[in-house]
Amino acid sequence: MKKLLIALIAFAFTSTSSYAGPKIEVLHWWTSGGEAAALKVLKDDFAANGGEWLDMPVTGGGGDAANVALKARIVAGDPPSASQIKGPTIQEYDQEGVVAPYNIDAIAQSEGWDNLLDPMIAAIHKCENNSGPYCAAPVNIHRIDWMWANKAVFDANGISVPSTWDELNAAAEKLKAAGIIPFAHGGQAWQDATVFEAVAMGIGGNNYYKNCYVDLKESCLRSETTVKVFDQMRKLQSYTDEGSPGRDWNVATGMVIEGKAGFQIMGDWAKGEFTAAGKVPGVDYYCAATPSNNGYLYNVDSFIFYKSSDPDKQAGQQLLAKLMMGKNFQKVFNLYKGSIPARLDVSMDEFDKCAKTSNADIKTAGAKGGLVPSFAHGMAQGNTMKAALQDIITEHFNSDMSSVDAANALADSVLANM
Amino acid sequence: MFKWLEKNLPKIVMAPAVGLIGWFVYGFVLWTLYISFTNSKILPKYELWGFGQYEKLWASRKWLISVDNLLVFTALFLIFCIVIGIILAIFLDQKIRAEGVLRTIYLYPMALSFIVTGTAWKWILNPTLGIQKMFIDLGFENFTFDWLVNREMAIYTIVIAGVWQSAGFVMALFLAGLRSVEDEIIKAAKIDGAGLFTVYWKILLPMMRPVFFTSFVILVHISIKSYDLIVALTQGGPGISTTMPALFMTQAAFHKSQVGLSAASAMMMFMAVAAVIIPYLYSELRRENAR
Repeated sequence: MKKLLIALIAFAFTSTSSYAGPKIEVLHWWTSGGEAAALKVLKDDFAANGGEWLDMPVTGGGGDAANVALKARIVAGDPPSASQIKGPTIQEYDQEGVVAPYNIDAIAQSEGWDNLLDPMIAAIHKCENNSGPYCAAPVNIHRIDWMWANKAVFDANGISVPSTWDELNAAAEKLKAAGIIPFAHGGQAWQDATVFEAVAMGIGGNNYYKNCYVDLKESCLRSETTVKVFDQMRKLQSYTDEGSPGRDWNVATGMVIEGKAGFQIMGDWAKGEFTAAGKVPGVDYYCAATPSNNGYLYNVDSFIFYKSSDPDKQAGQQLLAKLMMGKNFQKVFNLYKGSIPARLDVSMDEFDKCAKTSNADIKTAGAKGGLVPSFAHGMAQGNTMKAALQDIITEHFNSDMSSVDAANALADSVLANM
Repeated sequence: MFKWLEKNLPKIVMAPAVGLIGWFVYGFVLWTLYISFTNSKILPKYELWGFGQYEKLWASRKWLISVDNLLVFTALFLIFCIVIGIILAIFLDQKIRAEGVLRTIYLYPMALSFIVTGTAWKWILNPTLGIQKMFIDLGFENFTFDWLVNREMAIYTIVIAGVWQSAGFVMALFLAGLRSVEDEIIKAAKIDGAGLFTVYWKILLPMMRPVFFTSFVILVHISIKSYDLIVALTQGGPGISTTMPALFMTQAAFHKSQVGLSAASAMMMFMAVAAVIIPYLYSELRRENAR
């Protein structure tokens, strides 16, 4: 009996420790449709390179549940090898001391990430206040300031794609008069903020956007321009239908697809809904940037790599970082996801019209100073400040708050959370 | 040995449960209290920071809105649940036919989770899907019932859904209370010429004092903790108009990197629940001791 027990214990130990090779445990919430398919490409790549992939998918609430699971793991002193974390939150985790000693930096240096990424995008992924070693890897670039419009509806009402906000308002009035819901919108805080930042960049301009929502200057937030931005938000609100509050974004996209509504302002993940419905860009629907002066609101999804003392896992982290930034994954993943590769040298041949536009625009925007981080999607500010801005924007959009009050409340909310 | 075991067996059997509750309930209450005095942001930190989180909490517009909402919700939820519960209980108390079936029907919503209740009511109350659309389709073109999407009224839709769920439970409590009253009392009152209304109003309901008390305590703590109903029904919206403390707490901890602030709000909720439960426990225990 005793011998058997010893044998069993020995077996248990050998069977877990006999494996030596790259090993990774990835916490993510890419479990649906295209995202899962894209992730499978990465898993297969990883296995083909001799690695062992421990999947830890946590679904629910667009990453909320995953976030809870992640914090629990970190507090327990057992973080996963990698998880989906992006923007300034990367620095927040770094400051908690759970990321160092940055073992993927060696890969970043040998693969030359500095030459493969836009300097602004690269900085996001460097720990120690955006200037130190690499500690995270980007997988894509989403554009936020997209307008998705039903072409048949626009054509029937003699509307072309608006190039200014006044034209957009005029188009919306026309649709309203024709009895069509002009603006398909889901009244959830993050969607309100998504629209707001497109309006702020469009009406205020790129410098205004940077001063207000990246640098958080009080004088900018209280300025006349902010009031104008809120005025435009009020107009947009009047173009929504009354079923809008609480609606999910994809339901709103569905309204545009079915021709019940004219247009939606939403990031490029909305394209997936059109594609799934068998619609073709330029034929069935328009994908156009919202009016702005060569602006481009970006949202980059990244993976952060946590501290690990297990050499197998360290090797796994390095392999994963290498594959994630690899040309193959960057292309395939973004074909599925609707975004564009973060890596600059990936061929866009297989991508659709919208992605090609996005890829061309990001270069123009970069050259003309219009490349700005989205705050609604956690690229410009950490979670606390993002919520501080979002709370006021959504409160204004869903009430009869005046634009002046809203601008002041926005500044107050920012100061209170500094 | 056997005697020792006999004497101590209950303690030994209870010890793991007491230990687990002590750690996972009271231990974590204390942990949360400690965290509320730190400047924890994205993850818990352990250096003390003082009352800063509480100051921040009471300066936060969203927290004040959520406290307001809690007061409105609790008051209405209590009043409607108890009034409707009593009325249903009195009706069922009239020795009617098929009482068992009716009782089950009224009690059935209790068996649903608040998420289900919230989602169902979200569809019923949505102006483009539910009641409003039904009436418009029936020809009442000017009919509006847009409480769910109206920021002034949205909090009342949560009351409606909450009452629908919990009134049956209050009914069951009162029905049990009414049934436990001895027939002699009612007969005596009737001989003295009291009508049905007087019997209930002057005699039976005053005797229900402990039931009132029990329902009050149960309903108040349901309302302070209410989270799932709001998540399913409004997600705190439109805007932030239906935010409640429990929603505020989870958002602060998991969306906003404000673990310390979240702990402070949790302690405020804890104190609110304690303010209700402790007097109740005290009075219950005193009554038991008096016996």
